[in-house]
Amino acid sequence: MSNILVYALHHEGAFNKNSLGAVAEASRLAGELGGEAHAVVVGAGIADDLAATLGSYGATKVYKADGPEGLSGPVIDVMGKLFDGGDYQYAVFGGGLLGFEIGAGLAARIDAGVTMEVTAVNVVDGQLAAERPILGDSSISTSRYKGKGIIIARLNAFEVKETGGSAASVEQVSYEASTQSQQANIVTRGEQRGADVDIEGASILVAGGRGLGKAEGFQLAEDLAKAFGGNAAVAATRAVVDAGWYPYAAQIGQTGKTVAPKLYLAAGISGAIQHKVGMQSSENIVAINKDANAPIFEFSDLGIVGDLNKILPKLTEAVKARKG
Amino acid sequence: MKIAVLVKEVPDAAVQKRIDPSSGRLDRSGEKNLNPYDTHAIEAAMQIREGGAVEVDEIVAVTMGPESAVRALHKAVSLGADRSVHLTDPALAGSDVAATGYALAQVLRRESPDLVLLGQQSDDGECYTIGAVVAEYLGQPSLTQVIKLDIAGDELTCERQAEYGYDTVNVKLPAVISVGDAINEPRYPSLKAIMGAKKKPLDTLATGDVDIDASKVGAEGSHVACGDFKAPPSKSAGTIIEDEGDTDDTVGKIIAWLDERKLLA
Repeated sequence: MSNILVYALHHEGAFNKNSLGAVAEASRLAGELGGEAHAVVVGAGIADDLAATLGSYGATKVYKADGPEGLSGPVIDVMGKLFDGGDYQYAVFGGGLLGFEIGAGLAARIDAGVTMEVTAVNVVDGQLAAERPILGDSSISTSRYKGKGIIIARLNAFEVKETGGSAASVEQVSYEASTQSQQANIVTRGEQRGADVDIEGASILVAGGRGLGKAEGFQLAEDLAKAFGGNAAVAATRAVVDAGWYPYAAQIGQTGKTVAPKLYLAAGISGAIQHKVGMQSSENIVAINKDANAPIFEFSDLGIVGDLNKILPKLTEAVKARKG
Repeated sequence: MKIAVLVKEVPDAAVQKRIDPSSGRLDRSGEKNLNPYDTHAIEAAMQIREGGAVEVDEIVAVTMGPESAVRALHKAVSLGADRSVHLTDPALAGSDVAATGYALAQVLRRESPDLVLLGQQSDDGECYTIGAVVAEYLGQPSLTQVIKLDIAGDELTCERQAEYGYDTVNVKLPAVISVGDAINEPRYPSLKAIMGAKKKPLDTLATGDVDIDASKVGAEGSHVACGDFKAPPSKSAGTIIEDEGDTDDTVGKIIAWLDERKLLA
């Protein structure tokens, strides 16, 4: 019962960074509980060699199942079956959309407690206790489980740490697809929309959100990035990417990129958690927003309450002048 | 077809949220409103009705919560739902996500809609998870954060942004779909609709009316217990500049701040 099951998301032959963090964390926790961390991988034709690499992050066994990628249903079916075997009390997921869907569905399937947005997990009296920031990160609550527990991490909550473990043993599992998982079919996965831009290499990012008003508003952000020169780029929030204002490749946050530039200048971004998790490690955070109550001011180093349409053009001119 | 929209009453965003230390639960005594994310789900239902691809007979708003939650239902019907269902029972207080999902699923069994829609998250508990829990209890497929929804016959074509870009997924009805806030711009209710909201049919149900097993709900029936509330590690507050008229002065201050940190080098 002291073993922990962990889901490892993969795409195009590589594991998701957050999943690797989850495997490493599950391995650490299982060790403290006196058990092992076992990983689950679901996909089409996964190579044993790839699955076995999870051993480097602490998984001693990897269950491999055939199924469509990008859907929660088949993973819930596989993990539900493994829980039925009685060897597991906990499941751990890295941050991300699929982790939320699978973890929640699995909780209902196996009658478990579930905690989402977890930032730290501890072993207390031989049980897991999960810490989760609540109320706009103003307080931290600790979840304890009466029986089985499912822990869904916040993005980047768990460090990706190689444990020096050897290759994991790989075991193929068969499962019966539930009615509900047969009712969803993936048509296309991972479609990139908009230009392919590189924001991960930039040391200065000017990021735009809904406050830019419309797609054309991004010109203000681009002008400022250009004024900063060589190593500056423009990034965007999910809301504006979904609205088609800016390319997906420039997106920060939960389903986008995680960045830590020297300067992150957020223009018209409210600072929702999903965005914050992708940029909070930036060295210097400057925010411009007309709403003085915007959450972004709670974690910015310099906050400017004002109209970005007035401020950005003048700031661009001033930066240009300084750069001369 | 029949569409059910799950809605929730949440503390007004302007009101300070706090935990009631005596119960360890969110203090819900302040001003309340309909969760803003839910308005996108109601709008999505309205657009399916108005789109004409399928005949929508009825849109039903469903909520679980204390007596005051009827206000969220009034708002929901003012935005276009035809009637509403309010599950309210002291036995439900303190339910965790799984218990709440189970209770809502029992209400939905009674309604048996072809499609259940909900918002991507609630403004208070920030749970992205309730849709997946409800779907699992109903044995139906689910998808979250959908930003484009097309319907043809008994099949939905959904688009959403996931970890690696945009995914397109076909889902057979009945299904539970949570919509992202980019899916639409919710309309404002007309004055007439606001005035008429209280006249639309409202069913008030207790756990016994929908065969909810009382041992599976409330604080006792939940699998998670939350407690030990503590403050997060403090981060020193940043400098705030209010731009009040003299933007050149504001910009001068920003430049000086950047200079100090050698960010203009």
